[in-house]
Amino acid sequence: MQLIHIFSIAPFAPLLASILVGLFGNKFSKVFSYGLTTASVGLAFFVAIYTLYITSHGFSGEFTLYQWLSTGSYTFEIGFMIDNLTALMMVVVTFVSLMVHIYTIGYMRDDPGFSRFFSYISLFTFAMLMLVMSNNFLQLFFGWEGVGLVSYLLIGFWYQKPTAIHANLKAFLVNRVGDIGLLLGVALILFWFGSLDYQTVFGRAAALESQEIFLVGDFSVSLFSLICILLFIGAMGKSAQIPLHVWLPDSMEGPTPISALIHAATMVTAGIFMVARLSPLFELSETALSFITIIGATTAILMGIMGVIQNDIKRVIAFSTLSQLGYMTVALGVSAYSVAIFHLMTHAFFKALLFLAAGSVIIGMHHDQDIRHMGNIKKYMPITWITFLLGSLALIGTPFFSGFYSKEIIIETTKYSQIFGSDYAYWMLVFGVFFTALYSTRLYLMVFHGTEKWKTLKLKNTHHGLSSSQIPFESSRVVTIPLILLAIPSVIIGYVSIQTLLIGDFFSTSITINQAIHTNFSVIQDHFNNPFKMGLHGFLTLPFFLMLLGILVAWLINAKYININIESKVTRYAREILQHGYGFDHLNEKYLAKWLRYFGSFLWLKIDINLIDRYLVNGPAYFINRMAYKLKNFQTGYIYHYAFIMIIGLFLLMTFFIKL
Amino acid sequence: MVAPLTLAIWTPIFFSILLICFTNYFSKKILSAIAISGGLLSFLITVPILMEFNYESVLFQFQEFHHWILPYRINYHLGVDGFSVPLILLTSFMTLIVIFLTLKSEIKNLNYFHGAFLMMSGLMIGVFSALDAILYYIFWEAMLIPMFLIIGIWGGTNRIYATIKFFLYTVLGSLLMLVAFIYLFFEAGSFSLLDFYHLPLTLPVQILIFIAFFMAFAVKIPMWPVHTWLPDAHVEAPTAGSVILAAIMLKLGGYSFLRFAFPIAPDAANFLQPVLIILSLIAIVYIAVIALVQQDMKKLIAYSSISHMGFVTLGIFLLIPMGVEGAYVQMISHGFISAALFICVGILYDQTHSRQIKDYGGVINKMPIFTALVVFFAMANSGLPGTSGFVGEFMVIMASAQESFWIAFIAALTLLLGAAYSLWMVKRVFYGKATNKAVLNLKEINKQQIIILGTLASFVLIIGLFPFLITDITNVTVDNFVQFMNRSKLPLS
Repeated sequence: MQLIHIFSIAPFAPLLASILVGLFGNKFSKVFSYGLTTASVGLAFFVAIYTLYITSHGFSGEFTLYQWLSTGSYTFEIGFMIDNLTALMMVVVTFVSLMVHIYTIGYMRDDPGFSRFFSYISLFTFAMLMLVMSNNFLQLFFGWEGVGLVSYLLIGFWYQKPTAIHANLKAFLVNRVGDIGLLLGVALILFWFGSLDYQTVFGRAAALESQEIFLVGDFSVSLFSLICILLFIGAMGKSAQIPLHVWLPDSMEGPTPISALIHAATMVTAGIFMVARLSPLFELSETALSFITIIGATTAILMGIMGVIQNDIKRVIAFSTLSQLGYMTVALGVSAYSVAIFHLMTHAFFKALLFLAAGSVIIGMHHDQDIRHMGNIKKYMPITWITFLLGSLALIGTPFFSGFYSKEIIIETTKYSQIFGSDYAYWMLVFGVFFTALYSTRLYLMVFHGTEKWKTLKLKNTHHGLSSSQIPFESSRVVTIPLILLAIPSVIIGYVSIQTLLIGDFFSTSITINQAIHTNFSVIQDHFNNPFKMGLHGFLTLPFFLMLLGILVAWLINAKYININIESKVTRYAREILQHGYGFDHLNEKYLAKWLRYFGSFLWLKIDINLIDRYLVNGPAYFINRMAYKLKNFQTGYIYHYAFIMIIGLFLLMTFFIKL
Repeated sequence: MVAPLTLAIWTPIFFSILLICFTNYFSKKILSAIAISGGLLSFLITVPILMEFNYESVLFQFQEFHHWILPYRINYHLGVDGFSVPLILLTSFMTLIVIFLTLKSEIKNLNYFHGAFLMMSGLMIGVFSALDAILYYIFWEAMLIPMFLIIGIWGGTNRIYATIKFFLYTVLGSLLMLVAFIYLFFEAGSFSLLDFYHLPLTLPVQILIFIAFFMAFAVKIPMWPVHTWLPDAHVEAPTAGSVILAAIMLKLGGYSFLRFAFPIAPDAANFLQPVLIILSLIAIVYIAVIALVQQDMKKLIAYSSISHMGFVTLGIFLLIPMGVEGAYVQMISHGFISAALFICVGILYDQTHSRQIKDYGGVINKMPIFTALVVFFAMANSGLPGTSGFVGEFMVIMASAQESFWIAFIAALTLLLGAAYSLWMVKRVFYGKATNKAVLNLKEINKQQIIILGTLASFVLIIGLFPFLITDITNVTVDNFVQFMNRSKLPLS
């Protein structure tokens, strides 16, 4: 068996399982559905481990599966690019996917769409693997849209819920806005480089470095700035950066396992992965990198603040995801691509863990997601409690936890960056740490500590939630085992792998940094001693104190030591702004979408029907009809009319001839 | 095989005559059998054309030449190249599909109905293979008659208005084309298309000829602003009529641009290119925005068709290989996708007798398999990679970036708009709770319908994943076409 066949197993085994389960899932037992898909993803996981093993021993290569089409002088192929970056992504994707598959067996046990769900998540694994394994922009776009499709299907999984089917349409359309950028970037690349293969494009990049292109009249921009910003707009859609972030909080309408898999750990990081993969292009445009830095920093801080006021357990974690994606984006902007990937990896573990643990809480609470109804759950769900706590500690950046290493390095590299906007980004990220600690602690305390609020609740939701006499139970083992398996890397993966991934030359073949101008990351590399010392040093940094402050404030508020007067003018304004999510949804739905529909009605009723049809099409017909009525007066059948006309005719003819 | 093109044209027409003229001699069952075997045979007979087609040749293949009206040098001259073959196959295949679809339906005078479709199939294949201008013109005009009858007899309530509009719109354009043919006859001395190709013409003459052709073909495709006949025709046409109208009849316009207007007047085409591109872009965006606000599902799909045809014209008018080929793939792909969508709307209409979006909601609860298929086709309609809908759009957007960034930008807006109108409709019709009484009474589609939609879906997937199956057929023809377009035909003086 050749290598390409082994690599092909990773995406195509889940695809095959997905098709079989999708077509025949309802005809066989549940074991068929989850057995087949889980086994296929398990197989993919082993292939990924094998791939990581050989690439970390120096293997890298390109493989072509088949030629998609050829036209004119262009050819488009489907193929794989296997290197360290690909292999790492494959491991992260397949591992989280495997955990989610196992978890789902328990979580979706009683859902009528059981096999449909498994079919979808296996299909997702296929599309995501095609995306990360691609060796060209076309296949990247295939995977990109493929994961978007599955995300659409899964957000709307419970198709009877009006909010769910609103959210999935919104997610797809907002992503499509980003895709316009991505596709245009790809179009420019094809035109200027004559190929969509990564290696060919990278090879030809240097030659076009100072190329300018004219956009309007004499106004010209650097080719690479334009291409990179367009590509990044695609990433803004998928990785939910401001202002294209609006779909992600709503995507929480989908079942919790996919919030973990798609909307936290893997799909939303596709944009981060893409920029890292295309680092040779992004390194050529300072403008684009500044743009990325500023967008990322803004997302990190604004979305972090949003997390503080949410009362839905999943929405808190969703805003946290948005904020963390902002951190990764900043890392990309300051040319620390490998750090972004590092944070992507640690985040994938602890955020998947948080979501799955939250899902476990939601089952325990009988599908009540409001944290104001929870409390003291640690007593009833110990495994969920411990794993959730570990995930939260990793998220807020407690020294020695995985999240600490990745976040600390992002903040440090941003501090040393010279790029325009990096100072702004640095302070935003540092303050972001405070808000991360604040919302995480608030969430943790409200859910797991305090009084059992569902027992004293006045307004009862009839469908969901516990009645005051019920208590939550710890979830079954298929649910808790993935939690434990995810908790382990959430705690240790940073400590274990930082030396290899960031300080060593693990990514040197996959990621290009222009060392001449972007020195910040190499400064960090030089300062680094070992993970233990870094952990100790972590107790003395500014972010650490902000984190403590965040925890303290959250605790004080929760224990009612601080009373915030919610009716005062300042808090009311702040709350208004935050509750409307800074007005993005309002702008999109009340203005943009509405205007577009007005415009459509105008074009249809006024131009198409009124102008074209009424005047230009039916107009002549009507005119001829009217003329015919007039002209028929010449054909009355009365001889004296005819005689009269003949005499007039005779006169006219005579005048005419006499003139001659 | 002897004279495959003649067989491909006249076999369906023979069956059609059988169905129309010998009604009284056969029982209903036998008539159905004749119809389906006629459709099947007509399809099978076109398969060897693809099998034996030589992908490498730039010449017209399977040529048949017989003198017909000698004094005017009008000949029965047939032949095909890469532009014709896929469309011929599509025609015979779609005819088979609509006959299969309506085999057990309760349409009045079903044999006449099937006869009309078989007749039209033969005539359309004639259009795709005629190399003589008059022969082509006869097929082109004759084809209107069965469609006129299909809408006029089996159509909806406002069918008379729709048929007259459809007929007058198209005839007005075609008459100008006839004038152009007659002019070319006096210049070239024959009605042979190959003679027209090599005839030097001055720029003003070329422009006039181009405009004459343009009037005929732009109406057919249709391009903005001569598109308003199509939504009316679709809304009034029976499902099968809409299928053929969208899947094949619109493609006659695109095909004829490639076969007649451009090679005969290449300098005019290059001269008018900016105008043509702007008209195409208007079609893509303007029509997509209109599709967004439609209340009637069939109208929505009709407008979506026009918007997709905008990609076809844009691709052709770019006059570079990737654009032309993308336009061609888009034509084939749209044939499958729009046909499937019209069939889907027809299935709902047959059960509830409403096409209004507001009369539905939550169809998925009653028809899960059907909904899965509709979502698939809606995704294909919004150009999802992996479906055929993506290939053409992708190639045309890539090609337009070579002309100008802004053309590509405007064309790429369809990514958003196409998804918006397709999926918004899906949301309102198929998702949600089923509350409406009509929806609660819906029944899942039967096996026959699953087979039809499933077949169309697999074609959409196959073309999306392996588009080289089509482009390999057209590559040589496209390259040849673009080279020809770059040579001036102006007289040397």
